[in-house]
Amino acid sequence: MSRTKGDEEEYWNSSKFKAFTFDDEDDELSQLKESKRAVNSLRDFVDDDDDDDLERVSWSGEPVGRRTRLGSFQSLSDALSDTPAKSYAPELGRPKGEYKDYSNDWSISDTVRRLRKGKVCSLERFRSLQDKLQLLEEAVSVHDGNVITAVLIFLKRTLSKEILFRELELRQVALRHLIHFLKEIGDQKLLVDLFRFLDRTEELALSHYREHLNIQDPEKRKEFLKTCIGLPFSAEDSAHVQDHYTLLERQIIIEANDRHLELAGQTEIFRKHPRKASILNMPLVTTLFYSCFYHYTEAEGTFSSPVNLKKTFKIPDKQYVLTALAARAKLRAWHDVDALFTTKNWLGYTKKRAPIGFHRVVEILHKNSAPVQILQEYVNLVEDVDTKLNLATKFKCHDVVIDTCRDLKDRQQLLAYRSKVDKGSAEEEKIDAFLSSSQIRWKN
Amino acid sequence: MAFPHRPDAPELPDFSMLKRLARDQLIYLLEQQHEVDKLYKVENKPALSSSEQLCFLVRPRIKNMRYIASLVNADKLAGRARKYKVIFSPQKFYACEMVLEEEGIYGDVSCDEWAFSLLPLDVDLLSMELPEFFRDYFLEGDQRWINTVAQALHLLSTLYGPFPNCYGIGRCAKMSHELWRKLEEEEDGEAKGRRPEIGHIFLLDRDMDFVTALCSQVVYEGLVDDTFRIKCGSVDFGPEVTSSDRSLKLLLNAEDKVFNEIRNEHFSNVFGFLSQKARNLQAQYDRRRGMDIKQMKNFVSQELKGLKQEHRLLSLHIGACESIMKKKTKQDFQELIKTEHALLEGFNIRESTSYIEEHIDRQVSPIESLRLMCLLSITENGLIPKDYRSLKTQYLQSYGPEHLLTFSNLRRAGLLTEQAPGDTLTAVESKVSKLVTDKAAGKITDAFSSLAKRSNFRAISKKLNLIPRVDGEYDLKVPRDMAYVFSGAYVPLSCRVIEQVLERRSWQGLDEVVRLLNCSELAFAGLTKEDKASSESLRLILVVFLGGCTFSEISALRFLGREKGYRFIFLTTAITNSARLMEAMSEVKA
Repeated sequence: MSRTKGDEEEYWNSSKFKAFTFDDEDDELSQLKESKRAVNSLRDFVDDDDDDDLERVSWSGEPVGRRTRLGSFQSLSDALSDTPAKSYAPELGRPKGEYKDYSNDWSISDTVRRLRKGKVCSLERFRSLQDKLQLLEEAVSVHDGNVITAVLIFLKRTLSKEILFRELELRQVALRHLIHFLKEIGDQKLLVDLFRFLDRTEELALSHYREHLNIQDPEKRKEFLKTCIGLPFSAEDSAHVQDHYTLLERQIIIEANDRHLELAGQTEIFRKHPRKASILNMPLVTTLFYSCFYHYTEAEGTFSSPVNLKKTFKIPDKQYVLTALAARAKLRAWHDVDALFTTKNWLGYTKKRAPIGFHRVVEILHKNSAPVQILQEYVNLVEDVDTKLNLATKFKCHDVVIDTCRDLKDRQQLLAYRSKVDKGSAEEEKIDAFLSSSQIRWKN
Repeated sequence: MAFPHRPDAPELPDFSMLKRLARDQLIYLLEQQHEVDKLYKVENKPALSSSEQLCFLVRPRIKNMRYIASLVNADKLAGRARKYKVIFSPQKFYACEMVLEEEGIYGDVSCDEWAFSLLPLDVDLLSMELPEFFRDYFLEGDQRWINTVAQALHLLSTLYGPFPNCYGIGRCAKMSHELWRKLEEEEDGEAKGRRPEIGHIFLLDRDMDFVTALCSQVVYEGLVDDTFRIKCGSVDFGPEVTSSDRSLKLLLNAEDKVFNEIRNEHFSNVFGFLSQKARNLQAQYDRRRGMDIKQMKNFVSQELKGLKQEHRLLSLHIGACESIMKKKTKQDFQELIKTEHALLEGFNIRESTSYIEEHIDRQVSPIESLRLMCLLSITENGLIPKDYRSLKTQYLQSYGPEHLLTFSNLRRAGLLTEQAPGDTLTAVESKVSKLVTDKAAGKITDAFSSLAKRSNFRAISKKLNLIPRVDGEYDLKVPRDMAYVFSGAYVPLSCRVIEQVLERRSWQGLDEVVRLLNCSELAFAGLTKEDKASSESLRLILVVFLGGCTFSEISALRFLGREKGYRFIFLTTAITNSARLMEAMSEVKA
């Protein structure tokens, strides 16, 4: 940015406080900057928003600027805690004058306090490992995450990975901040190195796997997932990641095939029920629903057949039936629904069995607006009488209600139900026939 | 309905000062920039402004910095010279500046801070509007907001005097308290010598009580939040509520007279109340019949406006109720609540587990399913490994394999865990605890749970009587305790702890509870002998929720206040509910 000295520019650039940086080059102090350049880019500890507590000193030791107050510490304790730290980092080969700047160094606790208040404060002079670690520990002890991170940014820049990691392993609070920081700035490489160093292999695997969310292209995403398969996940997650890969692989095949079929316009099911969205990246259950909807009758050998999906992903019976039922009911393929629950025993007798409970079957059928005859059939299969009666009443399966009342010999309830059926209807007649029957021994 | 406060209840402090302060500061910052004429929402798209200067008002987040950098760099590339100003709210973070520097735009943009961290949402509710606090701290362990909290508390004590009594529980509470103290010491003088307006402050961490936040809410305000999402104290009612083709934004606070009377009520009372109100309104309208001209003039000029306003609000809330009813019936709310209560009380665990399983299998809702699993986990000290594995597998199959990241997050945050093999001793433990004294049982539990941080919900619930014994029906019209906010089935843990500590003015006698909460080192109380504190101020209590609080908790404490003659004021990092908690843990972008 060019820096003309127009008034407006000045106004714009001079914010109430200045941004933090480790090697700050401040506009206001351009004078000082000039001198600094002359002596080999000296790091200074400038501050612009409260010059009261800082005596500005140029490289030659002459005070700069308006104020020349000496020793203006914020409090007595500040003055006392201002331990001379300059001896930690002997700087060789620099002009002597430079050292004069260091006479104004803040102690570690003052530095952290300034950081906490968002003030500019260079950390460059903390060069010994001991200083750096003390700085970090001080930051941690005041609990301010922003300061902890600021110190970590500095440490990350000035320490080798191995040393940084080694020291952080002993300092869990700081470690968590570094991990979060790396996640946020997206430094995946260092993060992975860190996890590897810490031997946190599962986190390493998960953090690599997380990357797939940023890959839009299905083919590329699939290839990426493939690289995840061998990673040190927990045993169960390994299986899930493998399944994830397999699922996307299948979806890509199915998608290509079905898009082709749909475009060709030769297949009835796609003509009648055009696909609303692509199947790519959908969950397994959604894929199964899709397959039950569009590919129900396919042989097990094809990737898109429901049975193949069920086998490949070991989908439990319950889940399979639930999904198939929803799909076939949506298509109003009642025959398929029927077949779903029919089992044959060894004598060839057929029996209805539902792993999910017939009350659920009824609800799902009702949601898909199944006709009363169909509903009735399944309501009748509900074992618990109360549930059966409730469902039958709720879904207006009159015959079931009437028959159940008769079986329960509950005359009162039957009488009450009479008011709910249409006048002169077959149901009313049936109720009247029962009520006047002498064969039934009513309990009430 | 809408029980009045006791006549001796203290007045609330005036929070409008906070608003004024924030506004003035922002105006100052913006006016500095000469004419800021238009505000744009920072989204990931190019700014279409032709203005010579751009000013960004942002939360200090890396992704916001990247966005700004992309704009500035695009301008640079196009040879366009503009001025840029970034105003961070509530404060600037060093990591953000680092990004500006890395992106090569440091110096091209200038930075400022808008230290706005306390938004008065209502007469008794201050929000820091930091929903990210929860994930940052409770999942990532990042303490970046602790300074913000300390600053906010410092501001409050500057404005409303020192707090003579201070209590807290939780690691974050403790750290915030320490940093806050430090600030007070550094800048002492301001609050000193002032008469305290607020007698007590109570800080608590959200992870101390996840259970309450995970429950379905059934008081009106909570239910509205769960159903429509209240944002910054206002709600968007869609056409299904307004019964027109327009959506309507409604401010929900004590100013809304209709809302104010029903907000803390159990939902089952709200319909009756609203229809009574409608009848009264009708009667008031009807009065105009038989008026003479003068009376009519009076009526029109003085009352009609109020009546019309009330009419409008009434119809909106009735519409909201209908819409809630419709939605709740559709999702079989009754069954859901039954399951939740069973989980809270700890019976029929198998049945609840299969209910959750079915929820998942039917792909009902990813967030709801997750919430129920977490509730099961926390109330049961973790899922038994077999259930954990099978529920997780089914969840991934129903809602997507990438959620294995979500599960990892939930495990780290302690929201959804698997019982460690050693934990199967729980049964033995509870049997032992029946035989020996509680203290001995505590030691045994300690020995067993050395590693994992366990929720111990069942034991805490027993200690604190969270599940009220009910003889006959719990009359929700005349609540007898804070449990009414959950239909009489459960007293919110967080609120019960606050109640107990306030009663004792210390943690004395609560050692066991504190230990079960895993907070042995993290519960503190500091009382200062404050002669200047009026008896009125000593019945004003500021409760600080770190990580968010729910409307149900607010309602419960408002109730407690009415019972005891206290007034509670709430400061929360954000309003939360079960869905927000789950979304914060979810790794998949919605």
